[in-house]
Amino acid sequence: MKEAHECHAEDSFDYAPVDEILERYQGQKGTTIPILQAIQEFYGYLPRQAMAYTAKQLKVPFSRVYGVATFYAQFHLTPRGENIIRVCQGTACHVRGASKIVEALKEQLGLDVGETSNDQKFTLESVACIGACGLAPVMMINNDTFGRLTAEKIKEILNNY
Amino acid sequence: MEAQSYRVRVGLATCGIAAGASKTYDKLVSLLAEHDIVPERTGCIGMCFSEPLVEVTTPAGETYLYGDATADKVAAIVEQHIVGGKPVEEMLVLSSAAATDNDHFMAKQHRVLLGHVGVIDPESIDSYLAIDGYIALTKVINEMTQEEVIKEVQKSGLRGRGGAGFPTGMKWNFTYQAKGNKKYVVCNADEGDPGAFMDRSVLEGDPHALIEGMTIAAFAIGADEGYIYVRAEYPLAIKRLQIAIKEAKAHGYLGNKILGTDFCFDLKIKEGAGAFVCGEETALLASIEGLRGIPRPRPPFPANSGLWGKPTLLNNVETYANVPVIFRLGADEYGKVGAERSKGTKVFALTGKIKKTGLAEVPMGITMREIIYDVGGGIQDDRAFKAVQIGGPSGGCLPEEQLDLSVDYDSLTAAGAMMGSGGLVVMDETTCMVDLAKFFLTFTQSESCGKCTPCREGTKRMLEILERITAGQGKPGDIETLEEMGAAIRDSALCGLGQTAPNPVLSTLRYFRHEYEEHINEGKCRAGVCSNLISYNIIEDKCVGCTVCAKNCPVNAISGERKQPHEIDQSVCIKCGVCMEKCKFDAIILK
Repeated sequence: MKEAHECHAEDSFDYAPVDEILERYQGQKGTTIPILQAIQEFYGYLPRQAMAYTAKQLKVPFSRVYGVATFYAQFHLTPRGENIIRVCQGTACHVRGASKIVEALKEQLGLDVGETSNDQKFTLESVACIGACGLAPVMMINNDTFGRLTAEKIKEILNNY
Repeated sequence: MEAQSYRVRVGLATCGIAAGASKTYDKLVSLLAEHDIVPERTGCIGMCFSEPLVEVTTPAGETYLYGDATADKVAAIVEQHIVGGKPVEEMLVLSSAAATDNDHFMAKQHRVLLGHVGVIDPESIDSYLAIDGYIALTKVINEMTQEEVIKEVQKSGLRGRGGAGFPTGMKWNFTYQAKGNKKYVVCNADEGDPGAFMDRSVLEGDPHALIEGMTIAAFAIGADEGYIYVRAEYPLAIKRLQIAIKEAKAHGYLGNKILGTDFCFDLKIKEGAGAFVCGEETALLASIEGLRGIPRPRPPFPANSGLWGKPTLLNNVETYANVPVIFRLGADEYGKVGAERSKGTKVFALTGKIKKTGLAEVPMGITMREIIYDVGGGIQDDRAFKAVQIGGPSGGCLPEEQLDLSVDYDSLTAAGAMMGSGGLVVMDETTCMVDLAKFFLTFTQSESCGKCTPCREGTKRMLEILERITAGQGKPGDIETLEEMGAAIRDSALCGLGQTAPNPVLSTLRYFRHEYEEHINEGKCRAGVCSNLISYNIIEDKCVGCTVCAKNCPVNAISGERKQPHEIDQSVCIKCGVCMEKCKFDAIILK
């Protein structure tokens, strides 16, 4: 554990949570993704130090961990907002006017898709499909799903956050 | 008191919750407390068009399904029906005791797989056991040999429900025959096709059916370990699976020494991390191993060399969930439903511009017209049908002429579409087929893992051409180039994602070539979707100068004096269409 810190003499990163996560998955196979998921759950994103430390502890090259982190849409390398808005861009939503919902969200939040507000309150993302197609167009805010959206409803929903 | 024998169920799957079903449930808990009734939770009842749904079963066993039952409306159900004994007719969507406008939605369905979804409590194993749950597994383990189990699955004619329709029994046999002591059973629950949610519905509504099916598979091929690979976008499905696995272990249907025999099977959940390509089997296995989800060439097939190089059986949720049904009914009985070479039922997700959105389970061999018009009630707002997209981004669009096609694996493939996972997205005259092809290609292009050139570069070049066409800059020869590239990618890409990526373009070219030609040669988008090819115009004679359009225009492109005809400045207009929506006098038209 000491070694991992060597190259960052001035490093003030707290590795204890990562250690705790790594311990949880010790001795199991194929744990890179669950470990990264747990790290992201804790920090809200994947700090570079945590990834480098994970690679070292798992005895794999940093490129392997970084490669996994950048391959999957779920992982984020920069901090994200407190509330994650995921607006669905699936076929059913597309056909039922999802583009207007995206426009309304962009306008209300003053954000482009992929951006986080300056006060770190909201991150706006798009998602391929959340499987609530019967209620299209839909979006998720954190783990809550909102359906049958209209541009007018967006304002009302955002006010609750 | 009479009210005690009423039963009340609330559909609490993701779509129900999104429509407000949790609040409905909480409200019912407090309203029903004084009548000593505890409302029950259940999964997706299937009629998404009128979520949230509440079902009341009377002491006599009659069922009344109420739609749009938001928290503010359920008091009527309690007061009028449960206390007063009089059904609330204006909220009724379906009933065993009375005819409703929605009887057509159920009439042609054959609910075998969804039979328990929306009926049982998915968070209670007792609820599953009460409807003959785990009877199939008990029979298999106590009375059958591995070979007999595989023969029965082969005899049933079951084919993979996730894509190309490979015969399930044959796959099981390959994995059974494969050499090795360690084998795995894996479930693909990475339902990534936009427009498909039948697997989510089973996971959220009947998780034990999947566990039972997988355990039977493990017994048949000789596996002691399994994984369910679920998309991270399905948090409720993951939660219910975790509960179900725990309960199944506690009851001896999973884990060590199942039902007191020497058969052991340990089942784990792996959460996906958001990559469409992980629906491809070799990519999915790489992802479980903790690597980038990139496909590899086959052979070797997973049956011989899968997870960590060991023989691995991979099927999707709907396929495994069919297995207990086969053993409960017997292969012969199971095979009586369906088409000649496509046995059983298939669950379809009806979405898009269809009146009744929802999940429908129908016997294979039914026609597309029956699904859309009889089950789904036809096109929203009674507009003209244009096309139905089946099979997600790998599938194709079928036009009006193909509506009488038999819905089975082989007919669909011959028509240039595919069964895929069963998402049916219905489109009317307001959908532009070129724009739709561009939509799908944008999706597959961004989800391409980048390993092979045809998919990585080819889909990008095709997308560029489609972007030009929809922007009004199409050139003669574009259509031919698209066809040539599509054929080349189909023949040379490494995995199913790449090989099928051109399908939406090729099938729309096959059936809607005239729309491409109009875009290129006449600069016209008949659906009024491609913004560079359309303009909104005010008809002077009809405009009364009410100023509503000008007030609502987000870019102030509309000007004019009050009570005088207005005008749209085309150089400022962003073609959002708000003016046309807001105009009460039909004075704005699309050109």
